[in-house]
Amino acid sequence: MVGLLGYYLVSNTLHNLERQSIATGFGFIHQESSFEIGESLIDYSAASSYGRALIVGALNTLYVSFIGIVITVILGTVVGVARLSTNWLVSRLAAIYIEVMQNIPVLLQLFFWYAIFYETLPSPRQALNPITGVFLCNRGVAFTIPKAHPAHIYMAFAFLAGCIVVYLVRRWAKKRQERTGKLFPVFRVSIGLLLGLPLLTWWMGGAPTELNMPKLVGFNFIGGLTISPEFIALLLGLVLYTAAFVAEVVRAGIQSVSKGQTEAAMSLGLRPPMVLNLVILPQALRVIIPPLTSQMLNLTKNSSLAVAIGFPDFVSVANTTINQTGQAIEGVALIMLVYLFFSLLTSAFMNWYNKKAALVER
Amino acid sequence: MTDIAHTSQKEGIKPPVVSVGVIGWIKANLFNGWFNSVLTVVTLLFLWKTVPPFFLWAFMDSVWNTTGQVCRDAGGACWSIISSNLRFILFGFYPYDLQWRPLLAMIILFVLLYFSQNRKHWKKPLAYAWIAGLFIMGLLLRGGLFGLDPVESTQWGGVPLTLLLSVFGLTAAYPLGVVLALGRQSKMRAIKTLCIVYIELIRGVPLISLLFMSSIIFPLLLPEGVTINKILRAQMAIILFTAAYIAEVVRGGLQGMSRGQYEAAESIGLNYYQTMRLVILPQALKIVIPPTVSQLISAFKDTSLVVIIALYDLLKTTQTVLSNPEWMGFSREAYVFVAILYFLGCFSMSNYSRKLEKELSRGD
Repeated sequence: MVGLLGYYLVSNTLHNLERQSIATGFGFIHQESSFEIGESLIDYSAASSYGRALIVGALNTLYVSFIGIVITVILGTVVGVARLSTNWLVSRLAAIYIEVMQNIPVLLQLFFWYAIFYETLPSPRQALNPITGVFLCNRGVAFTIPKAHPAHIYMAFAFLAGCIVVYLVRRWAKKRQERTGKLFPVFRVSIGLLLGLPLLTWWMGGAPTELNMPKLVGFNFIGGLTISPEFIALLLGLVLYTAAFVAEVVRAGIQSVSKGQTEAAMSLGLRPPMVLNLVILPQALRVIIPPLTSQMLNLTKNSSLAVAIGFPDFVSVANTTINQTGQAIEGVALIMLVYLFFSLLTSAFMNWYNKKAALVER
Repeated sequence: MTDIAHTSQKEGIKPPVVSVGVIGWIKANLFNGWFNSVLTVVTLLFLWKTVPPFFLWAFMDSVWNTTGQVCRDAGGACWSIISSNLRFILFGFYPYDLQWRPLLAMIILFVLLYFSQNRKHWKKPLAYAWIAGLFIMGLLLRGGLFGLDPVESTQWGGVPLTLLLSVFGLTAAYPLGVVLALGRQSKMRAIKTLCIVYIELIRGVPLISLLFMSSIIFPLLLPEGVTINKILRAQMAIILFTAAYIAEVVRGGLQGMSRGQYEAAESIGLNYYQTMRLVILPQALKIVIPPTVSQLISAFKDTSLVVIIALYDLLKTTQTVLSNPEWMGFSREAYVFVAILYFLGCFSMSNYSRKLEKELSRGD
């Protein structure tokens, strides 16, 4: 019966497509797109193909989701901890934040922040200048950044190298502690490595200090780093909304570790940072990670609402493509596939992490 | 020496002033330790910088019942955008003279919801009341019977549309979700795989892709000449989407049932359907009432996405008002108003869900 229904629908569809003379298949990917995209991480122009346009969209989605997730986790943790603070004022404020943000649709929040940006900020000519080198206007935020210099690339490599060394040092320190009981100041060494290595590279690269200031040319800022109002509104809306949920997750996680655990650890003579690191966090994380994963996925999926405020994310680009080529089935299928891929990737990573953090029962 | 000790024991030493009463409370909750003191001061400073200007904007300097032109000269919020366009924001393009009908339908819905809150009312009559209520609401919206003028569904809009999409969405998604959850636990391979694929597929994609599907692909699936109206298509997308999430909620309840329940049902000779209908589902569904209410809240918030496929829900009617040159530039006021409406709806539901959770965990 299901097969018959499927056959009926497919034959209808083919008939309709033929009637409206819409081509099928993914051939359109190689055609010239002939539309501009406002923001792109890679080279793109109206002469590029649809395929490239879709890649630009996918990268934009990944970009905004990644930054959004990082800020959300930080903000959510802060609010979650604030919710449990013994300070009445702080915990009340955190509670109000959580309730308000959770109960207003994220799309409405996006519209709101976009409107704030668009309506209340002045034009570039009268741009606000709260800190030297930062300009706020309705075309976005312009930052001063260091002028491009080869040393910056080496600094990035140095930072990466620092990360690897820190990982190795941590492993070694843990092994040594298990063997001999001797402690190693991992935290201070890590900070030193992560900051020191890039700084050293910067100094060896000739210590470039030239700055790239945004300048008002005509009606817009040239130079520096300009972030569009669409991107900021999207990021702000997604982060503030999801952080409220993350805060609840973090609160539940911390509350799941009983007070006796802290007291027992203290009575063993561990100092407070070690109590947190060795006793509380490993247990709380186990409770936190699964719901946190689903919040991260929610943020990624909600980033598709960018289409409503005009940020060129994947859905937005795919939508334009559908409108131009008429190939709706392929377009919507692509949207679904890309999000499924992101979802599966994130949950695979988090499952791996979860397994690592899970309780080892003896 | 003994004398003093004796008297002080008798009368009891009063606690110092700083540890009881208002001062004691402030000390214990706001200024215990230097870190909390700093935190309190910083927070107070933040509140001082934000709250008074907000009140000034929202109440002192605001204008309430004027034209858009007057608003532009006022320093504060322009609530006139709400008061002048309230009926359009709430009811959209529904014929002006007939707007009492969606209003009445909404009142019926709220009365029903209010009565359903109390668990003592959860009996057969309430179910009949709901069926009758939904029928009357639909009749009021559509008209065409009993001398009511028919109103095309293309004219439906505003809050009634938002409520319609979320309430009907959840009601229709619920049975489908239960079936999917049971299918996921089924011993038949094909059905199990089908259900898992469906649930994971839907949960992995954003609602907006389903709405796109409903608005552009769905018409292609139908034979030539047959069309289904836009609201119904969006409604179907919301149902298909919500069902996958309901299925996961219900699965949680099913997994919470102990094996003994199944075995007991089997031992008294019940078959699969009887076991499910009489033993497992009544218990499992009761456990999952609070998360179901959360799902209703999500569905309520998610209906706002139909803006993107140009249905005139609450958010879209507001944006329509904002695109009127007279009211252009007052988005903050308009969005704050809509946010308050959504907040009231969601907050009361989440409060109810929390209350219910407490009641159920107490087991009465």
